[in-house]
Formats: sequence, structure tokens, C-alpha cells
Amino acid sequence: MSAILDHLPEFWQGLIVTLQLTAASFAGAAVMGLVITAMRVSPVGVLRGIGTAYVETFQNLPLLVLLVLAVFGLPEIGIKAGLLETAIVVIALYEAAYIAEALRSGVNAVSAGQGEAARALGLTFSQSLRHVILPQALRTVIQPLGNVFIALTMNTSLAAAVGVVDLTAAANRVNLMEAQPIPIFVGAGLAYALIAACAGFVTGRLERRLVMVR
Amino acid sequence: MSSLLFDEPGPRARRRIRIATVVGAVAVLALLALAVRQFAANGQLDADRWQPYATWPMWRYLLDGLWSTVLAAVVSAVLAMAAGLALALGRLSRRRWVRVPSATYVEVVRTVPALLLVYVVLFALPRYGLDLPLFWKLVVPLAVSNAAAFAEIFRAGILSVERGQSEAGLAVGLTHGQTMRMIVLPQAARRVLPSIVSQSVGLLKDTSLGFVVSYAELLYSGKVLATYNGLLIQTYIVVALVYLVVNASLSKLARTLEARQPRARQPRRRLSRA
Repeated sequence: MSAILDHLPEFWQGLIVTLQLTAASFAGAAVMGLVITAMRVSPVGVLRGIGTAYVETFQNLPLLVLLVLAVFGLPEIGIKAGLLETAIVVIALYEAAYIAEALRSGVNAVSAGQGEAARALGLTFSQSLRHVILPQALRTVIQPLGNVFIALTMNTSLAAAVGVVDLTAAANRVNLMEAQPIPIFVGAGLAYALIAACAGFVTGRLERRLVMVR
Repeated sequence: MSSLLFDEPGPRARRRIRIATVVGAVAVLALLALAVRQFAANGQLDADRWQPYATWPMWRYLLDGLWSTVLAAVVSAVLAMAAGLALALGRLSRRRWVRVPSATYVEVVRTVPALLLVYVVLFALPRYGLDLPLFWKLVVPLAVSNAAAFAEIFRAGILSVERGQSEAGLAVGLTHGQTMRMIVLPQAARRVLPSIVSQSVGLLKDTSLGFVVSYAELLYSGKVLATYNGLLIQTYIVVALVYLVVNASLSKLARTLEARQPRARQPRRRLSRA
């Protein structure tokens, strides 16, 4: 136990970095995912194609490959950015594909009559998306989005493999100094479980308040 | 050319769609041009930096890596599926002392990052005298974490089989175990096949953690190659393309299997195309 208490500052710092990675990349991924979903349901063929290609590409590449490519590869073509910022952008781009998939399944769950009614009222494509389709779609995808959020939290730990000192990396460093793996790794695991539990609690509350029974 | 979100376009809408098409295409081309310029400005497009990847020895090295990736993925998938099936049956068991530990395992492991498990196997177990061979240092954590995911897939599949099916089994005098084995599981297995293939794509992606373990799968082979020939970005792009081709084929298989599923009822009308 003392292994953790003696190194509380390191763990705390790591936890902060993990929370930063999680919050910033989820925000970025949410915006990107929304844009991609709009592209995928739009009447413009080229935009639909781009959206589909984006989702296909990012879902079929390992996140660690993308992180390694960005962190070690980008400086080669003269793009130098901070390590944490690079990690946030890469994770956001990767998870955007999963958010887009979740949102699209939500759009598909909205019944066809809603879209027809919106058009019958004379709403344009973007108006019907904004006022009729997306609000309903978002309510049906709270649970799937919560799962994407939890997966994203777990995935931020991969940043440790390219040198970001997040919770996983902090645990590993403290263990190399103290050599007391059980309390250290169990402690780190509990911290992740706690974040996931919070996410589960919030999505559960949101779902009870917003879910629509059809 | 009409979907439920938009009408058959009239002349004005057609003009707008044409404009959006051109803008979209130009934006993508501009992005590509920018990338190419960035590569060229830093001398990364020089022929001698890409030439090596037109030669066989490089590819043989990477394909060896791919083979190790497949091997690790298959072994961990088999282990994870076996454990996952046991956990799913455990969670559905009528005995509390089986049900609670299985549920706990699934819920806990789902919220622990795979990399943390890899670190445990790499740095914690050796301290207790358990130093696994390289291959197992990658396979064990992957199997441990994916077992939970497979358990949830199997459980959903078993629960999706209509109650009447197992009731019928019990009514003709089969035991609980026989009903499960002969009636419920075969039907569940067919229904979860697409999810299993998708989860296996995820598992194949997870094997890139070999990068951390120094097990010579595809990504680690790329790292070794890049250190050796100094072609960092070229090597990692080639590696990424190999992953993309392999995983996209597997994902396509999952979609084909999904399309072949017999449907219980007519699918709803969709707002967007697949």
C-alpha cells in the first residue's frame, strides 16, 4: 500500500493526463463523428463516399499503428507538435469513426414517417436533420455512445506506448522504482474502473430521462 | 436517387448538389495535395526512400511479421472464445456461486485497458517467478481481456434464442445441459457469427501491442525495419496499409455473414443507405 501512497503525486499526475486525453479526444471525436454522420446521410454522393471511406479506414486500422505513425512519422515530414496534443488528435480521429457508426445506427432507428413528416412541412435537409432526426437519434444512442466513451478511456492508455505519461505509464514507472506490482497495478486498474463506472452511471441516468419508447 | 431524408431533387437542389460535390471533391484533393507537398518538401517522396518497398526481402520480412500477427490473433481468439463461452454459460447459470464470479470477471475486465494487462504480464508476473515466453506475453493478456467481450457476445446470442426452444427441449425430456448443447447453442452460434468476426478484427488490431512486448508481429517488425533502414514514415505507412487490407477483408466477411442471417421479421424502412 505504501508503494501507492509514497508516489501519490505521480499517480495523480498520470490520472490528470488520462482525464485530459479522455475529455479532449471525446469532445473532438463527437464533433467529427457528427459531421461524418451528416455526410453519410446527405444527398451528395461524393460526401457519402468520403464519410464511408473515413469510417472504413479508421475502424480497420489499429489505434497503436496510427499513434506510432503520427508520433514518429509526422516529424519526418516537418510537422512537429506536442506529444499530448498529437495523441489527443489521433485518438479523436480514430474514435470519430466509432461515434459516427453509433450515430448512424441511431439515425436508422428513427422511423421513416418522421423524415417524411419533416419534409412534408417543407423543412430542408439540414433543418430536418437538426430539428427532427438528430434529436431523436441521439436519444436512442446514449447507451452505445457510453460504450464508445468507455472504450475510448481504455484506448487512451495506448498513448503510454508512445511516451505519454498517463495513468498506465505512471503505474509502470512507479512499479519499476518500487517493484510492488500488485498494489500498483490494482490501484491503476481501479482508477480506470472508476472512470468507466462514472460513465456508466451518467449514461444510465441520461437514458432513463431521455429514452423514447417506441 | 431518393432517400427518406430528401426528395427527388429538383433543378435548384440538383445545382446545389453539384456545387457540394465539386466543393467536397476539391477539399479532398486539396488535402491530398497538401500532404504530397509536405512529403515532397521534406524529401520523403524521393524514389530511393520508397524503392526498398518494391523489393522482395522487405516484403518477406513484413509478411513474416503478418504471419506472427495472424498466429497470435488465432491463438488468443481460440482461448478467448473458449473462456468466453464458459463465462457466458456461467453468467446464465442457476447456481449463484457460478453466476456471481463470472459476472464479476466480465464487468471488471471490460474496464481495464489491455495495455495495463500487458504491463502486468511483462513487469508484475516475473516478480512472482512467472516469466512467460514472448509469444504468451502477448497472447495471455489479449485472451484475458477479449474473453470478457466474447462472453457478452455469446450471452446475448443465447438470450436471443426464443424461450419456446428450450421449453420444447425440456418438454421432450432432455436435461438442462442437453437442451443447451443440442438446441440453444447451435442456434445462438449461428446468430452471433457476424459479431464474432467483428470482435476478431478488434483482436487482430490488439495484437499490435506486440510493439510493447517486442514480439515480432507486424507493427514490431515495422519498428525493427524502420530502425534498420531509417525509412520511418514509409515503413509505418506500408504497415498501416497491410493492416487495412487484412482487416477490411475480415470486416467484409462479417457484413456478408450478417446479410445471410435469416431475418425473424421484415427489416424496417431505413432513413439512410447502408
